[in-house]
Amino acid sequence: MEVKIKSMKYEDFKDNEYLENLVAELNAAGTNVVVGCFDDLINWGRSNSLWPLTFATSCCGIEFMALGAARYDMARFGFEVARASPRQADFIMVAGTIVHRMAPVLKRLYDQLAEPKYVVATGGCAISGGPFRNSYHVLKGVGEILPVDVYIPGCPPRPEAMFYGLMQLQRKVKVEKFFGGVNRKQKRQEFFEGK
Amino acid sequence: MATIQEKISALVPEATFSESGQLYVTVPDAQWHKLAKALHDDKESPYDYLIAIVGADWGETLGCVYYLESTSTAQRLAVIVQTADREKPMLHSVCDLWQSANLYEREVYDFYGIVFINHPDMRRLFLRKDWVGYPLRKDYNADPALNPIRLENEESYDTSYSVVEKEDGTLEEQRPVIFTPEQYVVNIGPQHPATHGVLRLRTSLDGEIVTKIDPYCGYIHRGIEKLCESLTYPQTLHFTDRLDYLSAMQNRHALCLCIEDALQIEVPERVKYIRTIMDELMRISSHLLFWATFCMDLGGTTAFFYGFRDREMILDILEETTGARMSFNYNTIGGVMADLHPDFQRKVKEFCRYMPGSLKEYHELFTGNVIAQQRMKGVGVVSREKAISHALTGPSGRASGWACDVRKRMPYGVYDKVEFNEVLRTEGDVFARYMVRLDEILESIKIIEQLIDNIPEGDYALKMKPIIKLPEGRYFRQVEASRGAFGVYIESRGEKYPYRLKFNTPGLMLVGSLDELTRGGKIADLIAIGGSLDYVVPDIDR
Repeated sequence: MEVKIKSMKYEDFKDNEYLENLVAELNAAGTNVVVGCFDDLINWGRSNSLWPLTFATSCCGIEFMALGAARYDMARFGFEVARASPRQADFIMVAGTIVHRMAPVLKRLYDQLAEPKYVVATGGCAISGGPFRNSYHVLKGVGEILPVDVYIPGCPPRPEAMFYGLMQLQRKVKVEKFFGGVNRKQKRQEFFEGK
Repeated sequence: MATIQEKISALVPEATFSESGQLYVTVPDAQWHKLAKALHDDKESPYDYLIAIVGADWGETLGCVYYLESTSTAQRLAVIVQTADREKPMLHSVCDLWQSANLYEREVYDFYGIVFINHPDMRRLFLRKDWVGYPLRKDYNADPALNPIRLENEESYDTSYSVVEKEDGTLEEQRPVIFTPEQYVVNIGPQHPATHGVLRLRTSLDGEIVTKIDPYCGYIHRGIEKLCESLTYPQTLHFTDRLDYLSAMQNRHALCLCIEDALQIEVPERVKYIRTIMDELMRISSHLLFWATFCMDLGGTTAFFYGFRDREMILDILEETTGARMSFNYNTIGGVMADLHPDFQRKVKEFCRYMPGSLKEYHELFTGNVIAQQRMKGVGVVSREKAISHALTGPSGRASGWACDVRKRMPYGVYDKVEFNEVLRTEGDVFARYMVRLDEILESIKIIEQLIDNIPEGDYALKMKPIIKLPEGRYFRQVEASRGAFGVYIESRGEKYPYRLKFNTPGLMLVGSLDELTRGGKIADLIAIGGSLDYVVPDIDR
């Protein structure tokens, strides 16, 4: 099965293998046709209206703002409704360094996001701590406290890179099992219980 | 007229003097407050501007270096005060003389554990209350087991801690109240779009009137100063781009200048020209971003798109030469990373022709708007004296009539060769700060136009050794960043690593003044005032 994204060709994406594994997993689960069709429909809607939570701590946040401005215009992909409240957002774009003092706040914001929810780690700091990795007050990546769906490397990533990352998130959303899958709190449990 | 040395010696006979680029005075703590008061109230040249307090760990003792300046005579003085011991380090506070000392001393307390006697509010500034140890001390235990990632919410305390000296000289611990139980306290931030980053303001309200603001910093405190102590000088450079990412060029310029000063090297003329042009381009892009976000905070969403549209033009120019849109990593010790792109001059000139028309559009779109004017004029007024006391430099200080532009006071680069006006206003309100920034864009264009055709040929960088050792001493250098005077303090012991490297950022002082500026105003004015101060949070927290 090919996961179609309107804006970019399938072969232009880098990690199709990962996605194919997800599809194979989905196929192996053997979903009912009717439910599967509904899954498709809902995922189509969800993937084209992913609303980010405005959560910018540093440099990457400015590039995220550039994403919203006219030149890059993330409205083309359906990301434009950046919400200030986690209750109304679908994913959290962790743009910038996460430090010890911020960690509980970020965790709380994540908890307040409605399911299904996603985390995008943007920039070197959010991925691994970046240039501040050895600092006493910096987390070695947001992955230490939250399950991350997409990593966007760069310091800060270019707006194009952010789009690429967000399109990867769209693709991921498209192959998810919605009913009995992500509409339950499965993923969260796996992450936090595995710890 | 007695020299400053004679005056100090007359007052504090124990004082010792040394010269390292400027005058350094070492005084014992017991005499420090008396001396500070005399300096602050001096008739001939009152030292009314406290530039920085640099905490330091000197092995046996801890202490602080105070950088003072007289705004009337431009004289500078640095005072070194040491604590008696490491176990219970204490110094006398000077926050009754300079209001900027309030947050500076809290910062030193946070990093070094020095308690300031008579400081009304000795809380940690950047780190959590339950943080173990003082991270910038040389013997800090960085074991992650001591300070694990805490996911439980931080408690906000309504009382503080302070040590007060009584008349007979004994010390008494007190618990000053920040917010009484009757006060209605609203929490703004750390995740709030109008705080321009992750700043947290505990705001007490009486209806719609703001009665007090208690800023909490540190939500993006990255410990840069500690990291620098274990990196070589060329390695420390890249942090400056990530402090105040909207004045990346200027910040890096400051650190490079400070290191070049210490090495006593003169960079080629071409480098000076390039650096100056880059600084000004950066300033324009920062002011454009200010305009975009500030107008959006006040409800003008269209402005956001206009501001970003024009900012992208600068980013394109910078990207061609430096290869990056934001973290440029362009200045290096002794030069710049790469030569200018062949298209650079043409594109910059194009931009200089284009921008004034755009500014006119901005004024038509927003400045003249009745609603905008009513929200800006007469709001958040800060007088010249207060601006100096709070050390509000940059456009915020100049909006209050304080001629604090480092480019004029202590020219670096080629600022002494160009003609430009220091934009000054006297109202000191939000509108003045807004207008100063927009007018500064024009001045920056003027500077660039004078330079762009005259860039001399030559090398774009000096050949430097990979390992640079600075001669022993203290070095302090300031440049005018987009938001104010950005200072770099380096203490070298002759090694390849800095013994202490401090970034004296303008942002912290902007936040320090927030309480006074907003008091008595409406809560909506808080957003306007915060926007007009235009702080960048990683610049505050470092």
